[in-house]
Amino acid sequence: MAEMKDIVLQYVINEYLEDEDEVLTYDTPLISGGIVDSFSMVSLKRFLENKYKISIPDDKATPEAFDTVNKICDLVNGYLK
Amino acid sequence: MAYSDKVRGIYTGTLNEIREKGIFKQERFIHSSQAADIEVEFPTGSELKKVINMCANNYLGLSSHPDVIKAAHAGLDSRGYGMSSVRFICGTQDIHKELEAKVTKFLGTEDTILFPSCMDANAGVFEAILTGEDVMISDRLVHASIIDGMRLCAALHDTFKHSDMAHLEEKLQLHADKRLKVVITDGVFSMDGDTAKLDEMVALCEKYDAMLFVDESHSSGFIGKTGRGTHEKCGVVGKIDIITTTFGKALGGASGGCVSGRKELVEMCRQKARPYLFSNTIAPVVVSGVNTVLDILSKSTERRDKLERNTQFWRKGLTDAGFVLKDGDTPIVPVMLFNAKLSQDFSKALYEEGVYAIGFFFPVVPQGQARIRTQVSAGHEIHHLEKALEAFKKVGKKFDILGKTKQEIIAMYGQ
Repeated sequence: MAEMKDIVLQYVINEYLEDEDEVLTYDTPLISGGIVDSFSMVSLKRFLENKYKISIPDDKATPEAFDTVNKICDLVNGYLK
Repeated sequence: MAYSDKVRGIYTGTLNEIREKGIFKQERFIHSSQAADIEVEFPTGSELKKVINMCANNYLGLSSHPDVIKAAHAGLDSRGYGMSSVRFICGTQDIHKELEAKVTKFLGTEDTILFPSCMDANAGVFEAILTGEDVMISDRLVHASIIDGMRLCAALHDTFKHSDMAHLEEKLQLHADKRLKVVITDGVFSMDGDTAKLDEMVALCEKYDAMLFVDESHSSGFIGKTGRGTHEKCGVVGKIDIITTTFGKALGGASGGCVSGRKELVEMCRQKARPYLFSNTIAPVVVSGVNTVLDILSKSTERRDKLERNTQFWRKGLTDAGFVLKDGDTPIVPVMLFNAKLSQDFSKALYEEGVYAIGFFFPVVPQGQARIRTQVSAGHEIHHLEKALEAFKKVGKKFDILGKTKQEIIAMYGQ
């Protein structure tokens, strides 16, 4: 779980942060905080599906479920066998 | 009454919020033709003021060109005022087909379809050529009309960091399983004035079997050696699958737009693009004007050459004066101020000095990136630019930003 959190956090930093000085934590609000927009959630969802060989139904990939790294990891864990 | 006090109150409250945020847009009334020198009524009710226009998209100075006006008159006389029909019923004249053929030749594509505006072209094209099995991968700074068009399309949408080719390649790999892939970019980005790396994008699209879409609204007519656009500048004419562009900027500045590119894609738009199917196309008077604009540009590069010289003069003048500019070589020259209020105060002070240039700030540009966007025209003579430069220097001195770095300006005014 700790490893997954770091992988997701690093992905979010590389993918979405323009300002390298900005600090992200596992609980930083990504969508409600304006870091990730709804369009950009697509690549995050696809990254998670490819990386963890899972399929996240569209109705579960909500802005709330994707709002922090911790929540994202909870969601992914729910689909891991 | 359906429009009750409650309903009115909701809208009044929203409008007040926009005012309080300082982003309430107000029109300034121009009492003359579009040109380098214009007469402006601002604020509303005040006496007319003669100012130098540094914020029009009139890059080639053709908006009030006598030959274009003459052609528009002739078109009005010979083909009438309106069509009262969409294209596929009885709204297509010979001059519409003539214009489509001329645009195809000018851009070096296979075929072209006219739209009422480029906003409509961008709104209609993606839905017409893509389905839910496909993916659109767009630069994060593409124009708002492209974003609207992508929202109307069932295909998956993803983005890549502005002009970041390594990131684009990652996205092409991520979406390799999709039926069709389209990479989407502006040719020249309207707020920063920088140019897309179309040569590198063509190579990536060929490698990953993706189509390439370019909005050339701020390029057609003047970018590249003969003004064909960014694809000419980057040496990839004939390799762009979909080009959209406007006739509302350099190409006469009236209205109208088009999709130009692979013939099957253009035909798909003719069959399925909703702004084409459910709206009249460009009026005959405008079509006649644009036909003549393309004749002028096909005969001589004089106007784009003058624009290039003017742009070099303007960029050098501002740089030597000590302003912070966005890098680039296009006629879109952003003077960076970083602070929203400073951009508005600076614009007002310029106006008092006889120069019309608008300040832009968030959300039109990213937070902390407020600026005055200046736009050079072939309609400017050197004396216009010299006078405008003097005004910029005077106002720059007043706000004490000449020779200051980005960090120093932010330290003085905040971000």
